[in-house]
Amino acid sequence: MAVVADPSTVAAGVRVGNPIARLVRRRLAFGVLTLFLVSVVVFVATEVLPGNAAFAILGRNASPVRVRALENQLHLNRGLFDQYWTWISGLFEGRLGNSLVNSQSVWSLVEPRLVNSAILVLVTGVIGSFLGVALGAFAALRKDGWFDRISSVVLLAATSLPEFVVAIGLIILLATVVFHVLPGVSLLAPGTYAWSEPQLLILPVATLVIVIVPYTMRMMRAAMIEALESDYVEMAQLKGVPEWRIVLVHALPNAIAPTIQVIGLGFLYLAGGIVIVENVFNFPGIGQGLVEAVNGRDIPTIQFIVVVLAAFYVVMNILTDVIALLATPRRRIAR
Amino acid sequence: MPSARPLSRPRHRARRRERASALLTAARTPRGAIGLTMAAVVVLAAVIGPLVAPQPATALVTLAFGKPSGQFWLGGDYLGRDVLSRVLDGGWVLLVMAVCATAIGIAGGALAGVSAAYLRGVSDGIIMRSADVILSFPQVVFALLLLSLLGPKLWLITLTVGVSHAPQVARVLRAATLDVSERDFVRAAELQGMRPGKVMVKEILPNLVSPLMVETGLRLTYSITIFAGLAFLGFGQAPPAATWGTMIYENRIGLSQNPWAVIVPAALIALLTIGINTYTDAFARVAIGADRRPEEAALIGNLGQELGG
Repeated sequence: MAVVADPSTVAAGVRVGNPIARLVRRRLAFGVLTLFLVSVVVFVATEVLPGNAAFAILGRNASPVRVRALENQLHLNRGLFDQYWTWISGLFEGRLGNSLVNSQSVWSLVEPRLVNSAILVLVTGVIGSFLGVALGAFAALRKDGWFDRISSVVLLAATSLPEFVVAIGLIILLATVVFHVLPGVSLLAPGTYAWSEPQLLILPVATLVIVIVPYTMRMMRAAMIEALESDYVEMAQLKGVPEWRIVLVHALPNAIAPTIQVIGLGFLYLAGGIVIVENVFNFPGIGQGLVEAVNGRDIPTIQFIVVVLAAFYVVMNILTDVIALLATPRRRIAR
Repeated sequence: MPSARPLSRPRHRARRRERASALLTAARTPRGAIGLTMAAVVVLAAVIGPLVAPQPATALVTLAFGKPSGQFWLGGDYLGRDVLSRVLDGGWVLLVMAVCATAIGIAGGALAGVSAAYLRGVSDGIIMRSADVILSFPQVVFALLLLSLLGPKLWLITLTVGVSHAPQVARVLRAATLDVSERDFVRAAELQGMRPGKVMVKEILPNLVSPLMVETGLRLTYSITIFAGLAFLGFGQAPPAATWGTMIYENRIGLSQNPWAVIVPAALIALLTIGINTYTDAFARVAIGADRRPEEAALIGNLGQELGG
């Protein structure tokens, strides 16, 4: 594959300046641009698209007085640029406005949910990444052995399962029909934090881990096989380097770089995955908050949650690329 | 130009035969056969289901969460409707929506990806940056955002999901096109004075059919996942209608009384997605010869390019 030093790319790699710093700068610039465009899309979708958000919220038969009042609250009676500016500057200064459903401030409603979702994503991401890398490397080392063969079939099935089917399967298995050992739905009231009852995290985390591990594992396996078949590993073998050293020092670091990108993709997936999984388990995070807000047409809350999820996506993307680059051994060698 | 014709015609025909045989060869491998059978069973159930359903899907005919019996094989749902009839009736809309969304995503993504890679420069930048913007929204979130104001209309859900597929397809096809557009026959066509649009359609696209078909399989799986998930969240067909995703949501409170009302629709969705994905995988192994998804290959490739220059 093209990853492992093809002479032409090596020659092209000689250039002025630190390529990593240059790449990071470029990524950051594009990230900021993307975020700006994302905010425009969110703004246009929620405030401009179907004529008037006030009607969408109040319904077609709303009295003109109420429509006028809501238009005032949402600043719909001002110019478009003015509206966008009010919204985006409010976002930066922490003025998120009030929820349209119960007129509490959006931040006070969303903050505990953000914390809960962050815990869910973090715990899942860490467990999933370690499991994926370890299992993938193991499958590659015993390529075509029994573990590799069985896991490749199981993985294929697992990558195709919708997350809520996994979730329902776990509920049937562990919380209702077969065994009854874990709480099937969280009874945490919105506004409380997940650490007050950590066992409620088990099933949502297990579901999301089952969904993301296969991708990491497949990628790790493929990259590891490629690394093990490479010239530098053959060279090390010929030199008589011990097996464990070849695996840990020569193959693993080279296999991890492309895998980090897939781990990053796993985190990116979680930004959407939590929406469904939180709703299955009634877990009070932003995913559940988003669906509630959509049902209640609570536009300020929808805008904020969508922007948060998209920002997470963009930032994770940049982070992943940078980490993957730094983790590529041949990048560290000065040319 | 005329001299190129007799040469290229048989080449195209041979390629088409090769492709059809790759589909068949894939179906003959154990993996492909299993996948195809799984998917076919579900598709068959969804298509002829509405014709053979014993009860009307919305009629209250038995007890709420009634146990399976001789008359009601899968028991009753939360309102006392026949689960079997609702299962048989609840698949075809999902299938139609999934096929449409996949078609939109593949067509849009292919157009964007091939043009970006072939035209390069400013067009490449604009196309891929727009793709990045759409990619920044998780697909479910993108759909929810647009549905929040326009209401859960089926065509809108389909269109939204289709559009949200396009950037991913574009990325994969862009990478594949970059590969193909360096080859001699593309250069030859350009030197003969062929217009860029024609080069893309006549010379490049026929060489991208395999990755395109693999993408189609993947996007079909994801479409089904997303539509079923949205239906589960309450954004699908309006309530009395039966859909597998909605059924799982409606009946999960009665899991301990009549689990079949949840298990059967969930199992059908799982069979369908696993089946399509397994067959896609078998096809990828035969046609591309890679034990690896094009997205994974593209990732490795991207990183390589990034590093190289």
